[in-house]
Order: sequence, then C-alpha cells, then structure tokens
Amino acid sequence: MERIPILKMGKFLLVTIQVDLYDRLALALEEDLVMMVHKTGAKGVLIDISALSIVDSFMGKIIGNIAAMSSILDAETVVVGMQPAVAITLIELGLPLSGVYTALNVERGMALLEARMPEETGNDRDNDDE
Amino acid sequence: MTGTMTTNNRETIIIQQERDLIICRNRVKDFAVRIGMGIVNQTKLITAVSELARNMLIYGGGGSVLLEVVSRGREPGISVVFQDKGPGIADITKAMQDGFTTGKSMGMGLPGAKRLASEFFIDSVVGKGTIVKIIKWKNG
Repeated sequence: MERIPILKMGKFLLVTIQVDLYDRLALALEEDLVMMVHKTGAKGVLIDISALSIVDSFMGKIIGNIAAMSSILDAETVVVGMQPAVAITLIELGLPLSGVYTALNVERGMALLEARMPEETGNDRDNDDE
Repeated sequence: MTGTMTTNNRETIIIQQERDLIICRNRVKDFAVRIGMGIVNQTKLITAVSELARNMLIYGGGGSVLLEVVSRGREPGISVVFQDKGPGIADITKAMQDGFTTGKSMGMGLPGAKRLASEFFIDSVVGKGTIVKIIKWKNG
C-alpha cells in the first residue's frame, strides 16, 4: 500500500500531502505519524495541506486525531497551507478544527513551532545550527 | 445500474469501495469546472459530495451517484443524486442533526452537506434504501 512520506527536520516532523487522500491512506498516515513522534521524540508535527483541494469531515477528524495523539506524546501539531476555499467550506460544514494550530505556510508554521518550544540552554541550539 | 453511463451532461458513477470516492470527487470537479463554477462553490460542492458518497458507502453498502448539469433560467448548476439499497434511515429528522451518528463518524455528513449545497432533498425507506439529491447552482 502507498504511504505518505514523513520527513524529520531537527526536532520536527514534516508531512506534505501531495495526493488525494482516500480514507485508508489517511488512517495509515495517522498511525505512521504517531509512531514517528514516539520513535524520534519529535516536539512538533507540521502538516502541509496546500495541495489538498478539499478537506471533508473524515479528513478533518484525522487531522484532529493526529493533533490530539501527538499532544499526548508531547508534540504540537500545526496545519499549514490551507486553501481559502477549503477554510470557508470547513466552517460551513461545521468543522472548525478547534485544538489544531494553523499557519499560512510552512515557514510560518515552523516559526510557530519554534516559538512554542521551551527555551533550551544555549549549547543544544548552537550545535543544531552547524 | 451496472457500468458507467456517459453522455455530455449526465454521468453515473458506481460507489463500491473507498477509491470510488476519489473518482467521484474528480468527476464532480470536472462537471463544476465545465459550467464555470467558482473555486469556493466548487469546493463546497465536492466536499458535500464526498460526505454523502462516503455515507452511502459506509451506511448504505455503496450505491450509485448520478451527476447532471441542470439549469434554472440562465444559471447552470450541478445536480447530484445518491441512491443506495441499504437499510435506510429510521429517523431522518435525527439523522439531519449535527453530531448525530450511528457509526463512528462525527455526524457531520448529512447536516454539513445540506449547508454546503444550494438545495437538498432526502428520502429513505427502512429496508429499501436511501436517496439524497443535492443541487449546487453556479453562483450559490
């Protein structure tokens, strides 16, 4: 079965959804992501949905689940790149995605996650930058 | 009800498995683009279709989706009819309430699809099946 790739970027996991999600693929992503959070100890999950032309209630539920499960594992979830038409539709559908952080694009999503990370003692961060 | 019938302004899609939902969404998009529907209404229509087609698959055991270009005066629209031979819905009023579900979904399907469509009709007979029709007008 095909799978959505999950990339590790420092303390965060990045997922860019480029294909139409059918339900089983979305469920597999949910499972894979939660396993990856556990395995890598990631502190944040960034989900880029800019290529998704629709988000229906099933997909919305999966996004909510990922956020809730990651949160239990001490990782924050940010959904980025939502198309304006998708945002309008989600609200009318009755799915406000509450409890999920959102940002306009990957860059801002990263900044949001960085800002939410507790201050670390200098050394770690210096090493990351090399 | 077997196979796929295609003419210019009318098409039937059979929904039997998850992947059929994606085919159905793509066909609806083609129809919406053909009548020049804007992106927001397109998205609303496709999302409503996704909800209703999934409902039909999960609760009705699959069924058929009839897509059609319709018009009121000079304004075109897309009509989508979902028909299954499933167990039917015992209490339609209840099924139309936000958050009501007999399954593990969020209960957004029917009421959400109704809000997203311009027009919405539902009829169901227990033991016989369910038919849902929505229309999305190009500008509404």
